[in-house]
Amino acid sequence: MNDANKRIIILGVASAIAEATARIWAAQGARLFIVARDKGRLDTIAADLKTRGAVEVTAVAIDCAKANTALELDAMVKTLGGLDVLLLAYGTLGEQKRLEADPEAVRDLIQTNFTSAVAWCLSASAVLERQRSGTLVVIGSVAGDRGRRSNFIYGACKGGLARLVEGIAHKLAPIGARAVIIKPGFIDTPMTAAFEKKGLLWAKPDVVAGLIVKAAERGGPVVYAPAFWRWIMLVIHHLPTFLFNKLNI
Amino acid sequence: MASPSFVTRDDVLSWGRVHRRPQQVAAPRFCDEFAALLDNRGASSSRLAIGMRRSYGDSCLNSDGAMIDMSGLDRFIAFDEATGTLRAEAGVPLSQILAFAVPRGWFLPTTPGTRFVSLGGAIANDVHGKNHHQAGSFGCHVKSFDLLRSDASSCVVTKENEAGLFAATIGGLGLTGVIEWAEIRLEKIGSAYLDVETIPYVGLDEFWAITEESVEKFEHTVSWIDCSARGAKFGRGIFSRANWREDGVFTPHNDDTWKNIPFDAPALLLNQYSVASFNEVYFRANKAKAGISHQHYAAFFYPLDAILNWNRLYGQRGMFQYQCVIPPDNARAAIAALLNEITRSGQASFLAVLKTFGDRQSPGLLSFPRPGATLALDFPNRGSETLRLLSRLDAIVGHAGGALYPAKDGRLSAEMFRRSFPRWCEFLEYKDPGMNSDFWRRVAE
Repeated sequence: MNDANKRIIILGVASAIAEATARIWAAQGARLFIVARDKGRLDTIAADLKTRGAVEVTAVAIDCAKANTALELDAMVKTLGGLDVLLLAYGTLGEQKRLEADPEAVRDLIQTNFTSAVAWCLSASAVLERQRSGTLVVIGSVAGDRGRRSNFIYGACKGGLARLVEGIAHKLAPIGARAVIIKPGFIDTPMTAAFEKKGLLWAKPDVVAGLIVKAAERGGPVVYAPAFWRWIMLVIHHLPTFLFNKLNI
Repeated sequence: MASPSFVTRDDVLSWGRVHRRPQQVAAPRFCDEFAALLDNRGASSSRLAIGMRRSYGDSCLNSDGAMIDMSGLDRFIAFDEATGTLRAEAGVPLSQILAFAVPRGWFLPTTPGTRFVSLGGAIANDVHGKNHHQAGSFGCHVKSFDLLRSDASSCVVTKENEAGLFAATIGGLGLTGVIEWAEIRLEKIGSAYLDVETIPYVGLDEFWAITEESVEKFEHTVSWIDCSARGAKFGRGIFSRANWREDGVFTPHNDDTWKNIPFDAPALLLNQYSVASFNEVYFRANKAKAGISHQHYAAFFYPLDAILNWNRLYGQRGMFQYQCVIPPDNARAAIAALLNEITRSGQASFLAVLKTFGDRQSPGLLSFPRPGATLALDFPNRGSETLRLLSRLDAIVGHAGGALYPAKDGRLSAEMFRRSFPRWCEFLEYKDPGMNSDFWRRVAE
């Protein structure tokens, strides 16, 4: 593989983190296949990535939550002539309160954040296994590490996804392909627009993007972004229940 | 009440950090979101598109309305390697344009003293740089832009097809609508480095002499002047003049800096004595390295960008910046008078910049740059004491037929604004009734 012309698929490129990551790859001269739902937004992003130096940008509007993953992925891989990195970045936060009262909305959220993501991951895993190379990178969340009252439905999806990606990483390890789950902490993006963004815990999407690019090259199957979240989550994970229950998080 | 996409924030301040009122802020990432954000049917609240809030006072605030933070619209649209024409969304910071353009052998046609301003902000304030005497203002290099008005109409504006709207929007403080994207002409460079000549001077007469001798031969000129030095040292400063090198080294700057001022400094940090000592050290250090040196563009154009949030050195109460321009005929007398007044007050801080503008006409109805000399400096906010000093400076500037710079201002009077910008009535014709700012309410309503 020519390092400068990596073949990369990005699902959900319109997310702030994915777009920031795509820019780094574009500047490195990657060949990109980018996917988002909205054709207009996708074209805007494609023009930017091309200007920044991507050797080739193919942009196709697909609703990832409803796609026939194996079919779509095969077509994408054929277009690129192989696959070096697949970044799965689409997802939705949902509103915990509303979700608890609306089973229909919960089903949609699980379909988007978990069920469809599992299908994409398995399809990607099959491609990587066949090639015996390449990396699957999936954006999870620190919310998946321990169920908390503020967002446990979203957290359940991301936690499940983390288990899946760990398993795929385990499966691919002997043949030289890789899988990585990225667990961002508080990131200043439109997804978190309603939160007060103060203090040192908040990071910009660029920071996560840098870690994703690095994780796609080398490293272990679980990456906290920024890295200090590993320690925060370690503490939260091991808090005794009587203390944990007192926290409004 | 603004639409639900707007969030009330009390941490949104301008660079001077004096004006502190909650702001309604929305942060779109795509142009398709504007229609909903500009729609204020059923509510009379105004809008203002903002960039990186490097304006010092209240021209980038809209406390009585809502603001649209453009930083999420930071994409390139097209770049023509042959002509250097760049089209990009308005929220793209100049720092990103440089990171993109420098390795390709291009540079901004002119740049303000910080690279952390947005493309839209550079146009809306018609910013200027050290090469004004040759290149004119930023607006001189704008080919076209897309302007979205609050009535949901939008059009691509050029000097040719919409001369009035073009002139109103350049330097128009964001009040003619939302600039969605703009197309500018970059300048070809032969290196990322400059040959910089540093010349210490004592007294304004020397400053004027060096200026006269430099403007033809040097693309960039600027000087730092010590506003705390009295007696024999009065009017001393450091003149720098520079031209691009031609060595073909195109290393871009690095935005990753660990230098940050993470909290507000105590109010007493900057006082008459600490400033005077700093200035003494600075002057001597520069005097020692007088002569010619190679400097990277980041060191030459953006020395303060090396420390993020340097504005926090001024403490909780923030600071005022004062920047005026004095027409050529009155420049010598008025600059001397200003310097006298400032030195006497003992309130000046260390960042005083003196430079001359060239004759190239700025394209905007409300453009600040015009022929003459411009003086810019910071004052820690000490309440009415500071405001009284600034009013005394206004009197000198007004008497000399000069003008003040809205991007730097947070207190000038309506009368002073109207004297500074005699074409402001013409501007009214093009102002978008749905856009407004705290500054505009103060000076024009």
